[in-house]
Amino acid sequence: MQELTAGFPATEATSSFTEYLQRSRPELLPGSQLLPAGQLPQAPHATTIVALTYPGGVLMAGDRRATMGNVIASRHIEKVFAADSYSVLGIAGTAGLAIDITKLFQVELEHYEKIEGTLLSLDGKANRLGAMIRSNLPMAMQGMAVVPLFAGFDQVAQLGRLFSYDVTGGRYEEQEHHSVGSGSVFARGALKKLWRPNLSESEAVSVAVEALYDAADDDSATGGPDPVRQLWPVVYTVNSAGARRVPDRELAAIAGRIASSRTIEGREA
Amino acid sequence: MTQQFYVSPEQLMKDRADFARKGIARGRSVVVISCADGIALVAENPSPSLHKLGEIYDKIAFAAVGKYNEFESLRQAGVRYADVRGYSYDREDVTARGLASVYAQSLGAVFTAEQKPFEVELAVAEVSRDQASDHLYRLTFDGSIADVNGFVAMGGLAEQVSEALEAGWSPELSLAGALRLAVRALAADKDADALPGTAVEAAVLDRGSESSRGSRRAFRRLSAEEIVRSLEGEA
Repeated sequence: MQELTAGFPATEATSSFTEYLQRSRPELLPGSQLLPAGQLPQAPHATTIVALTYPGGVLMAGDRRATMGNVIASRHIEKVFAADSYSVLGIAGTAGLAIDITKLFQVELEHYEKIEGTLLSLDGKANRLGAMIRSNLPMAMQGMAVVPLFAGFDQVAQLGRLFSYDVTGGRYEEQEHHSVGSGSVFARGALKKLWRPNLSESEAVSVAVEALYDAADDDSATGGPDPVRQLWPVVYTVNSAGARRVPDRELAAIAGRIASSRTIEGREA
Repeated sequence: MTQQFYVSPEQLMKDRADFARKGIARGRSVVVISCADGIALVAENPSPSLHKLGEIYDKIAFAAVGKYNEFESLRQAGVRYADVRGYSYDREDVTARGLASVYAQSLGAVFTAEQKPFEVELAVAEVSRDQASDHLYRLTFDGSIADVNGFVAMGGLAEQVSEALEAGWSPELSLAGALRLAVRALAADKDADALPGTAVEAAVLDRGSESSRGSRRAFRRLSAEEIVRSLEGEA
């Protein structure tokens, strides 16, 4: 980092892409401009993300809805991304800024890997993301907060780990499961009842989809599975083999099973 | 007061070029070969950590000979250039041609303006879906750039190595075939037929990385075991 190489002649050298942009192209960083005073126009908001651990890995899922006030801004938005080959992140909050921060984070990790020839540690990645969220604090104070959820496979400890953040960049390691976004309260309630310590990977995917189903049931800003448009949540699993996106046909089958079992039960609430 | 002697520009450039050539000639050779499976990059390099081959971007790789500190700073500058470009435009907009011309400009500027020219020679390779659209550029210390077809050999004995490649190269080579050819060619100046697998650094830009590995990043470093296994396949 900058101060570490201060005494060296090659002060340009840094393995952090963000730091390089700050020095040479600050206008490219998300949230770098000062906002003028006045009322903020409405912007799309991304909603619910859930993540849970299972033996040998961790999983993250997000619904496909973005809202702008009472309007659905997008039915197709994707809010869970592979950050690199062993980690994923999901975003809730102001969609435009969140997607930019995701893109920057992805380049940051790849850039480090290429310059240094080795992957960052999972804690190192989690800390970098925290720093990026902190740099967005001025925007958050104007009402454009971004709240990510970060999960990855720790190749040293050989287990899946989960990190949540607050708007000031505070990083908290979560146990078992966690969720963020407007429907997170309902998703978390569902996860508390559905999550077990010995879930298999495919059971874990079902649990995540069902938690999002419950969130969509009670939160108007969260979208449920959409069999008409064939839209399913975005689900990534991360294990020792790396990050993998769960294919749509698996998710369609899971969503179908959840809907039909609830129809058979015939319960109202 | 000391008198500045007049040196003609021709002489000045010749001296600088001789100096750079001498530095490069001391180094061991590197070859880059386009083959059916992708683009193979092979270097004679006993160090497992100080690389002469590197990833620049999704489809673009870098190979160098000469002074390590100089080509390493050029490699890092290339990664920065590519990442900034891909971040501000789109990943598709990062091309080997663009990168090679930036390298050519900076090598040229250093050659004429600085105290001492870079003692390096670079290759920039970009793999495509079909072999005919692969790009291979060779850059020398003075900023000259050449668009080459098929293969590049650089380093002290580039001509000898090149001859050996010329004799064995065909576009249909498999990756293992390209590795064997490269290792034979790199040993052109030695008594042995080929280098041992452990004295070789190798990497590949996979032509079908999306389908075979599910990754848009085509660059893959080959492990020592993989190299030895490919070389043994000869019999």
